[in-house]
Amino acid sequence: MTETIPIELTVNGRQRALSIAPHDTLLDVLRDDLGLTGTKECCQVGECGACTVIVDGRVVDSCLMLAAEADGTKVTTVEGLANETGLSRLQEAFLDHGAVQCGFCVPGQLMSAHALLSDNKHPTRAEIEEAMAGNLCRCGNYERIIAAILAAADAGGR
Amino acid sequence: MHTFLYAKPATIAEAVSLLDAHGSDARVLAGGTDLIIKLRDGTLRPAVVVDLKRIGELQPCISEVDGRVSISAAAVMTDIARDSRVRRRFPALVEAASVIGSIQIRNRATLAGNICNASPAADTAPPLLVYAASVIAVGSGGIRRIPINEFFVRSGETTLRRGELVMAVELPVPVRPIGAAHMRRARRRGHDLASVTLCCAVDNAGVTRVAYGSVGPRPVLAVDETGVLADPGAPDYEKAAIFEKMFAGASPSPRSIRASPGYRLAMLRVLGRRALQTAIERLAQGRET
Repeated sequence: MTETIPIELTVNGRQRALSIAPHDTLLDVLRDDLGLTGTKECCQVGECGACTVIVDGRVVDSCLMLAAEADGTKVTTVEGLANETGLSRLQEAFLDHGAVQCGFCVPGQLMSAHALLSDNKHPTRAEIEEAMAGNLCRCGNYERIIAAILAAADAGGR
Repeated sequence: MHTFLYAKPATIAEAVSLLDAHGSDARVLAGGTDLIIKLRDGTLRPAVVVDLKRIGELQPCISEVDGRVSISAAAVMTDIARDSRVRRRFPALVEAASVIGSIQIRNRATLAGNICNASPAADTAPPLLVYAASVIAVGSGGIRRIPINEFFVRSGETTLRRGELVMAVELPVPVRPIGAAHMRRARRRGHDLASVTLCCAVDNAGVTRVAYGSVGPRPVLAVDETGVLADPGAPDYEKAAIFEKMFAGASPSPRSIRASPGYRLAMLRVLGRRALQTAIERLAQGRET
């Protein structure tokens, strides 16, 4: 029988205590144990960025991190961007600029953009391209995504 | 994913004893950006995964002591690329660390993991060879220092012994002024493995060190002490002849999916010339400041 490992982590500001298997990824646990299905599973090799979340202030591919490694960390997923008053400025900018087509990559795109704007309030286009290089959009909607991030930055951050 | 025991030792001694006991049934987990892919696709089926990130001595840390910059086993590419000492002393390592994967990968991938994975295409290998880095390994027999050029064997294989793990990678601060540059070719700009990866450094005594990877089973170091490569006035045909000798260690596989041997060998020469030019310019700039 597979051993289970107790972990405690903070997800979107809420403390969670879980019992996980050693081979569970952070992505598995977010989606299957916590029901946070905004984070998407796609390439499973760290190339597409659909599973991007923020762990202790840094973007990571949650498919390439064991849940056991997340013990004691603070995780933010796309569900943590909006608050009780509504969507974040960045999310609104994505809507305003038509940055969402099929939408599958958008949670990951938002997390990378959110982390960028947290570190750099007024990124250049080149800095945005670099920060977003780990997030693929197979609809090819990159220009609108970049426009949305620039607009959110102009509007004063997130 | 196949299951395994997950161990998170708190001390190096505990980690070494686990690795010693399980041998090839144990795998070390640092950043996991290579390991977890291999666990998922079944390439690796270890009984135990030993996570090093809870070990105090291996916590992400970059320090400079006695003329050496030491990068601990848990330090990730993002830390390395941002560190002011590494940026000042080893700009070509910063260039290499900055082109690995995406930000998501660089926030997890460690330098120690990059070299232990021993991919021939590892971008940090050429600068580590050029800067004459050492690998600090620890095992039940104690600590030993392995010159980086004696560390790589072939893809996935290093000279680490059973039960040994890498504590840190150390780079000696150059005693003479040097200029260095890292360059690569990949199928696309951005997130891709290197088809050719190369680093070149020249110093003010006329020594040129060139290291290159993704063109054979392991990265290769070649040194020119004639002064010809480092001489901005030397004719191109003389430099080309020296480069030909230095690149004799390249033997790209015809089975590789990323680029043909012909392309890799041609680009090796192009990158060699370009990186040499940039290294010479940087050496000259360093003299001015």
